[in-house]
Amino acid sequence: MKHSAPASPKSSGTSPGGSPSGLRGVARAVSRLWLVPVALVLWEIGTRAADTPYFPSPTTIAVKMREMWLNGPASRLWLSDLALENFPPSLARLFAGWALAGVAGIVLGVMLGRSVLLARFVDPLVHFGRAIPPPMLLPLLIPLMSIGTQMQLTTIVFGVIWPVLLNTVDGARYVDRQHMETARVFGLSWGQRLWRVILPSSTPKIFAGLRLSLSLALILMVISELVGSTNGIGFQLRAAERAFDPPALWGAIVVLGLLGYVLNLAFFAIERRVLSWHRAAKQTT
Amino acid sequence: MLEISNLTHTYGSGPSAHNALGGIDLNVSEGELVCIVGPSGCGKSTLLRSIAGLLRPTGGQVVLNGAPVAQTPDDLAVVFQDYSRSLFPWMSVADNISLPLRRKGEGRKQRARSAMEALEQVGLAGAADKYPWELSGGMQQRVSIARALAYRPALMLMDEPFGSVDAQTREDLEDLTLRVRGHHNMTILLITHDIDESVYVGDRVVVLSKAPARIVGDLRVDLPGPRDQINTREHPDFVRLRAEVGRLVRGMRTSPASAS
Ligand SMILES: Nc1ncnc2c1ncn2[C@@H]1O[C@H](COP(=O)(O)OP(=O)(O)OP(=O)(O)O)[C@@H](O)[C@H]1O
Ligand SMILES: [Mg+2]
Repeated sequence: MKHSAPASPKSSGTSPGGSPSGLRGVARAVSRLWLVPVALVLWEIGTRAADTPYFPSPTTIAVKMREMWLNGPASRLWLSDLALENFPPSLARLFAGWALAGVAGIVLGVMLGRSVLLARFVDPLVHFGRAIPPPMLLPLLIPLMSIGTQMQLTTIVFGVIWPVLLNTVDGARYVDRQHMETARVFGLSWGQRLWRVILPSSTPKIFAGLRLSLSLALILMVISELVGSTNGIGFQLRAAERAFDPPALWGAIVVLGLLGYVLNLAFFAIERRVLSWHRAAKQTT
Repeated sequence: MLEISNLTHTYGSGPSAHNALGGIDLNVSEGELVCIVGPSGCGKSTLLRSIAGLLRPTGGQVVLNGAPVAQTPDDLAVVFQDYSRSLFPWMSVADNISLPLRRKGEGRKQRARSAMEALEQVGLAGAADKYPWELSGGMQQRVSIARALAYRPALMLMDEPFGSVDAQTREDLEDLTLRVRGHHNMTILLITHDIDESVYVGDRVVVLSKAPARIVGDLRVDLPGPRDQINTREHPDFVRLRAEVGRLVRGMRTSPASAS
């Protein structure tokens, strides 16, 4: 441990013992993130060597991104008008679509999972619907709904409902038999069985579905904005492509990548809290 | 209260069918504590599950308070043999116990108090806020006993309820069962493979044969006075009954003097 002490001189003040846990935390972060700068450097070198307009270097992209989105006043986190025009609508679509699909998927999933009769009739429909690639819906929806929010939400909901639906069906169908028998023996009401037994028991599956849906929702948000939108990150991406502005195009891609990363991280944090019983229960048995 | 007539059950069909119950006739009157003993795998849990309406027997019927059991009857509690899987891991111990009490019309405060009381009875007052998976097997088993006790059913079915606890706790729980039965006039069916326990706790001991299970003995336990772990167990009647049950379980003939 001694040779690594100078690496974090600050930590010695907080804990006299040399703070091995703090050091370990730093070491873990380094071991996890070291690839990022390496990749950036390689990317920079590669794009400079290739020197084509289609592949601008990361520094060019960064400068462009700053110019487009981060030249506003500090009071609103430096976000420019352009950023405020395009990011919030995209996020709103993403979350509204995901939430709608989540609620609908869970409700339908529990119904299908618990009712043998319903499942027999609806299962074929579910598998038919799931097989349709959601972007294919767009040309069908355009004449139906006029370009706009409604159509974008429909696309997102239709595209991301499947993982939640199928996982919820699975979770609700395979509740531990002993748990259902306990509920029966102790005369739990219909509502208690649903809220206190079936749903909690299905949460691990439901969360797996929701997590998949979240990353799908991001993709579908972009796709829906490519075709029928006048704002949003996808719209900007399209506009940059039309204007033959590769740095702006790459900037939009980088923002989407970062957004996906942050969303996944946030989701993971929530999942850890909600499913703490599940992790712990699985560890001991 | 409980009338079981010619109950049979066969698992599966064809060559792999397993005949678990081979015609059980049993009457239990209200307030009685009947112990059921029998060799492992003979069909004790199957019998209990048919009484609880969790399993539709292939033949015969179970009548509870005059009505044939088709669905799970009201006012019934079960301590499952597989206790660890019958507690809900997403709820605290106290919530596990108080959840069924809502049906009894108890308010939130009253439910919490009942749960605490039941936990104290099984010696787990400190575990109320823990989760089932934070407890040892024996503690989980006691929680599932506490849940059944707090529910105060008219009929309580216990499937090897003291299997995972240490000897001392086991004796405490046996005495607790006797006390509770006395206070609330519950009818209790207790499955056990411990012969001493069946004689100590039961008003009656019913012995089942190897599969397909049939009743090979039905002994009334008449022991003097309130039961006591030390004195009762050295009473000559206890010793005699224990030997009797032991012989029956092992499939030996009973001595003619004590056939009931
Ligand atoms: N769901 C099932 N399907 C097929 N066979 C079963 C099923 N449940 C139990 N059996 C069989 O029926 C027989 C009786 O089982 P049961 O659980 O009633 O025995 P038990 O007397 O409770 O045994 P133990 O003392 O070990 O708990 C066993 O041979 C078992 O293999
Ligand atoms: Mg059993």
